[in-house]
Order: sequence, then C-alpha cells, then structure tokens
Amino acid sequence: MNEYIEWGALGQVVGAGLVVGAGIPALFALALRLLAGTTAPPQERHDASTGPAEVPGPVVIARPPLWRLVGALLCFAVVIGAVASGIVFLAAGGHS
Amino acid sequence: MGGVTETLLLVLVVVTALAFDFTNGFHDTGNAMATSIATRALRPRTAVLLSAVLNMAGAFLSLAVAATIAKGLVDAGAISLEVVFAGLVGGIVWNLVTWLFGLPSSSSHALVGGVVGSVLAAAGTEGVLWTGVVAKVLVPALLAPVVAIGVAATGTYLVARLTRGIDDKVTGRAFRWGQVGSASLVSLAHGTNDAQKSMGIILLALITAGAVPADSSVPFWVIFSCAFFMALGTYLGGWRIIRTLGKGLVEIDSRQGMAAETSSAAVILLSSYFGFSLSTTHVATGSIMGSGVGMPGATVRWGVAGRMLSAWALTLPAAGIVGAACYGIQHGVGGLLGTLLVLALLVGAATAIWVASRRRPVNHTNVNEQWDERHDGGLRRSVTAPDAAAPDVTTADAAGTDAPSEDEIHARRANALAYTTDRPSDEEQR
Repeated sequence: MNEYIEWGALGQVVGAGLVVGAGIPALFALALRLLAGTTAPPQERHDASTGPAEVPGPVVIARPPLWRLVGALLCFAVVIGAVASGIVFLAAGGHS
Repeated sequence: MGGVTETLLLVLVVVTALAFDFTNGFHDTGNAMATSIATRALRPRTAVLLSAVLNMAGAFLSLAVAATIAKGLVDAGAISLEVVFAGLVGGIVWNLVTWLFGLPSSSSHALVGGVVGSVLAAAGTEGVLWTGVVAKVLVPALLAPVVAIGVAATGTYLVARLTRGIDDKVTGRAFRWGQVGSASLVSLAHGTNDAQKSMGIILLALITAGAVPADSSVPFWVIFSCAFFMALGTYLGGWRIIRTLGKGLVEIDSRQGMAAETSSAAVILLSSYFGFSLSTTHVATGSIMGSGVGMPGATVRWGVAGRMLSAWALTLPAAGIVGAACYGIQHGVGGLLGTLLVLALLVGAATAIWVASRRRPVNHTNVNEQWDERHDGGLRRSVTAPDAAAPDVTTADAAGTDAPSEDEIHARRANALAYTTDRPSDEEQR
C-alpha cells in the first residue's frame, strides 16, 4: 500500500491541517468571545460594505478588562500572521 | 505544407488550452465563493468579481511553472500535440457536463483523465503509468474529502462552542469578514496553482512545435492570456455549481462558512507544502460538508454529497473516454482535417450543453433560492429572461422567500446547543 499512499506526507497534512485549519477559526472565535461585552461590535469600521440590513448588537455596559482586550488582539494577530504566511508561501512558489 | 499544418495545430492547441483554462475558472469559482454568497457575506456579483481579480493576481504572483503535463502519470514520450489536444477536449467536455448538472468536480482530474484517455488511444496501456495514476489521482481523490471533512468539522465545532451565547448579530458580522478573508486566500491559491497548468500546456506545445527554445521561460503573452481567461471564467461564475455548494450540501451560516473556507485554505496550502497535492475542488467540497458535520443541529444532504462523489469517481474514466474518442476520430480521419472535425464536435457539444442549460438557468439572481431536494434542488421559478426577470426575482427575495433563513438556522442551532440567555450576562459580570 505504501506504493500508493505517502503516509508520512498524509500524516503531516492531517496534523498540520487540524492545527491550522481548525485552530485559526477557533482563535478567531475566541477573540470574539473575549471581546463580547464591548460597547460596539469589533468590526464596526467595515460597516459600509455589509449593507444596511445589519443592526448593531445590543449596547452593553462595561468595557472588557484589559487582559481580555490583549488576549483578543493576540488571537487576531496570530490569525493575520497565518494569512500573511499563506500569501508569502503562494508568492514564493506555492508548490513543492 | 507540413509547416502550415503544424502551425495550425499549434494554434488550435493554444486556443483549446485557453478554453480549458476558461472552464477551469468557471468551474471552480464556487470552491472559494459559494459559502460567502450563501451567507450573503458578499453579493453574488461582488463575490465573483473579487474571486476573478484574485485569480488573475494569483496567476501573476508565482511563475514556478512545471513545463510538464500529467508528469508521472503518462509516458512523456507518448505525448504529442494531437494527444494534448484530444486530452484538452476530454477535459473541457467533462467540465461542461458536470457544470450542467451543477456538480463540482476536479478540473485537474478532468484534464488528467482526458490526457490519459488519449494516451491510451495513441500508445496503448504501456503509455500510462498506472501506479502514478492510482497514487497521484485516485487515492488523493478519496482522501481529500475525508481530511477536509475532519478539519472543517473540528473547526466548526470549536467555533460553535466558543461563540455560543454571544449575540449572532455581533458574531455574524465578524465571521462574514473572516469568511471573505479566507475565501480570498482560496481564490488566490487557485490562481497560483491552476493557471500554471494551462501555462505549462501551452509552453509544452510551443516547445514541441519548436516555436520557442526548449529552455524558454513562459512568454508574457501566455501568462497574461491564461490569467485573463481563467479570471473571465471565474467572473462569469459557474452559478449552478455555486448553488450546489452553497445551498445544496449544507444550510450554512457565516460561522460555518468561515470555518469551512479556513479549512480549505489551510488544507490546500499545507498539502502543496508537504508535497501531497489534493484537488482544490475535493478539499473545498469536503470542508463544506465538514462544516455541516461539525455544527450541532445542522444537517448534510448526503444525497447531494453522494451524487457529487459519483461524479468524482466518473471524472477520470469519462474524460478519458472522451479523450480517447477524440484521439480516435483525429487519427481515423487523419491530419488537420481530423483535428478540425474534433474541434467542430467540441464546439457543437459545448453549444448543445449551453442550450440545455438555458432551460433552467441559474444566475446571480436566483443562486441563493431555497434548495428543494424533492425536486432535485430545482428552482421554484424558472428565469426565462434573466435580465428582464431580475427585478422580479429580487423583489420576491426581499419579500422574504429565504431572507430569514440565516435567522432560522441560528435559532435552530441555538436550541441544539441549548444555551441559556443569561449566559452573556455571566460573561459581563467577570
């Protein structure tokens, strides 16, 4: 069967795929969870393009504590870093 | 005379390669953009425009072209311009047939199938490297959806757990942006990978015909025309396939869409990084199914998935039969006349398929209509004159035919997760 399936490469794809492919959405969701409770939705600045139908979420009381903001920023930074490395990888040849 | 024939054949191969490139873009728009269109993160035409621009940019981004077609799958010595031409025709015909039925299937498998078929007809079974075909085409086709379903289901489940209790209106907006970002990455990856295939074919044809030296890099006009035709195909959008992927497989919300597209982008990029290439189409489709598997309360229409899987299984033999038949006709009639006859047949078949598609057109106005599995995913209304009917359909849409669908989905999912409404206030008190 080894003639037909490169188990090593497959294992790497599955492992790294789970870490990145499931981890990035999870980090994104975690960031949103950390931010939930701010007075405005985090993506407010993109308003114009999402169309008029969108009503902002309920205006809630407190700003989240600093550690949550920092945590959310870290999560977003990892997500953006992953996307950037994806683009760099594509630009550098994209297939080995 | 021989020189003229050779030149004409070369021109035909180049034109057919660009036509294949066009169907490739056309066929694969849905891989990146179907979920964004279904969740209304982007308006349908904005989505295909974005995808087209990114495909075009992707084609210029990386120029590491492998000047080989079907490397490791067929004996390189068996490849001639006629074989390539017949293979391309096989690929195009299969792409068009699957498009007519709204079935996403791998464009590169169609091309490989066509070429393998025409090599079989030209050189017999010795011309095909069967181990390579099994290891590089068949096995990855079985594994890709499994891997993608696993990754996307895990991602979707984590996202659903982490966002439970947060207002959908807040998360929806953020996830739609995340979704557009990840879908853009998929489009870019498609542009860098798939435009290269057509560039490789054209370069190979030019080298074979002696039009450029053997160590030539890809001429600029080749890069530009491949990028352009792929982008054009993408922009015209395979709405039938977008509809199947976005509405047919799973009822999708923006959290699932984001998880699915991120999973697609990650698996596609990682698989090429580790040298275990998986088809973009198979990964994207698997990811969308996975987003239905992982989301509590969501269902996957396995009937649609089954039809899709059978199309994947048929891709190689079907495109191969067309490729072999084309080579047979070409060779039987002989010379340039045979090639022209095959070209005429291709144009005829393409026209017939296009006419058939007009009976139940799917376009940007009705791509998001509710999926009705009993009628084979048929549309409730047929749009006979798309332009004239457009305002009508839009009004019907605005009147709420499926506008509340995402809210309904959210409500159902919320129940499935059994979250209590006091959950957010818990969070605030901390």
